[in-house]
Amino acid sequence: MEFLRPATWEEALAAKAEHPSAVPIAGGTDVMVEINFDARRPGHLMDLNRIRDLHEWEVGEENVRIGASVPYARIIDRLATELPGLALASHTVGSPQIRNRGSVGGNLGAASPAGDSHPALLAAGAEVEAESVRGTRFIPVEEFYTGVKRNALADDELIKNVHVRKAQGPQQFSKVGTRNAMVIAVCAFGIALHPESRVVRAGLGSVAPTPLRARVAEDFLNAALEDGGYWNSRATLPPSLAREFAELCVGACNPIDDVRGSAAYRRRAVGVMARRTLGWTWESYRKGGSQGRTTEGGAQCA
Amino acid sequence: MRVTFTVNGRRHEADDVWEGESLLYVLRERMGLPGSKNACEQGECGSCTVRLDGEPVCACLVAAGQAEGRDLVTVEGLPEYARKRDGTGTEEGAAELAPVQQAFIDAGAVQCGFCTPGLLVAADELIERTPQPSDADIREALSGNLCRCTGYEKILDAVRLAAARQDAEKVEGKV
Repeated sequence: MEFLRPATWEEALAAKAEHPSAVPIAGGTDVMVEINFDARRPGHLMDLNRIRDLHEWEVGEENVRIGASVPYARIIDRLATELPGLALASHTVGSPQIRNRGSVGGNLGAASPAGDSHPALLAAGAEVEAESVRGTRFIPVEEFYTGVKRNALADDELIKNVHVRKAQGPQQFSKVGTRNAMVIAVCAFGIALHPESRVVRAGLGSVAPTPLRARVAEDFLNAALEDGGYWNSRATLPPSLAREFAELCVGACNPIDDVRGSAAYRRRAVGVMARRTLGWTWESYRKGGSQGRTTEGGAQCA
Repeated sequence: MRVTFTVNGRRHEADDVWEGESLLYVLRERMGLPGSKNACEQGECGSCTVRLDGEPVCACLVAAGQAEGRDLVTVEGLPEYARKRDGTGTEEGAAELAPVQQAFIDAGAVQCGFCTPGLLVAADELIERTPQPSDADIREALSGNLCRCTGYEKILDAVRLAAARQDAEKVEGKV
């Protein structure tokens, strides 16, 4: 094995072009587990820690640019206002030790269907900035996940930044597991209200080979909100509407039975999370707030 | 490959390190610092918690080469680290234990002792960052450290004790 230590982004791209099978390592919270357990023996391990640009973020007019190595801890501390859904999701990752090292860029690189950031990115709207010596691509996050632990990156590409839409309205994230810490999601749900464009988006995790948006459910809800004039009236949503949205979210799932939970349980749980998080975000919108709930551990029930 | 980094204020070097080797392995097996414990090797248990440039991390999930040139504190260096930070004790070894270590002993928070080094590093960092932690703060800060002797209540007691003692010292210091 060879250890590559590029000092700059340009050096990293050149190294990746020369060694397309090189495995990038930033926080190491996924890659080192595989190496420790002999599940992976890459010919080249490429340390990205020395590249300062990857640890930086920038709040723009419409988007937040997050460097690929920015750890979850920083997103929780510094970006909870602009990216409430992603901050909530980040807070459910592993433990403090893991959140000090793990990053959204790494979550995307690993592309596990259970990755915690994916539902939040899908709900908020995000693009992955991938770069190689050949040039730069902006990949909508929906198109980034191509299979179980597979993504749209070419062999010579690295993730440079993730561009996430700044919240225009309330966002929520919900995750099912056996405890609050150190849990790989049994299933997870992200929702974002976009009042300016009058759109609600929902992201599902751990219920299909890839993270995905519940598009049929979104379309139904968006039409119902428009037809009922709810965005303007800010009226309470009828329970039947929330139930139908939840059912359609369940319909988007294609889960499996595994050690963490059964397919039937996952379907059931997604329905509950969809109904609850829609209720929480809509209530927040009605009250004129843009923020979602900040407490955790079942502080709110519906 | 050769790796060089600072551990507990001293420069350490190791040769013939395999490129996939973890920081934990290098600390324990090549640098003679076995205080950080090796248990799960997947970041679940927190027994290997060390400070990397100040931040608590699982040493089993850091590739040794990633620590090149960086600054580490392990449980072995905790007394000195705490002394320099808090300005307590005298220069020459008077404080043999960090306050958080003494609190673990006094509260009976140690049973088999395997999880203890990681808990000490995590707890010390919590009190450094949040001098008067709530119970929720303590639980969250220690949520990445597993104890299988079911000792959590005493561990929580120990952290509360360490925080209270530090607070009392500060008040005394002001008088």
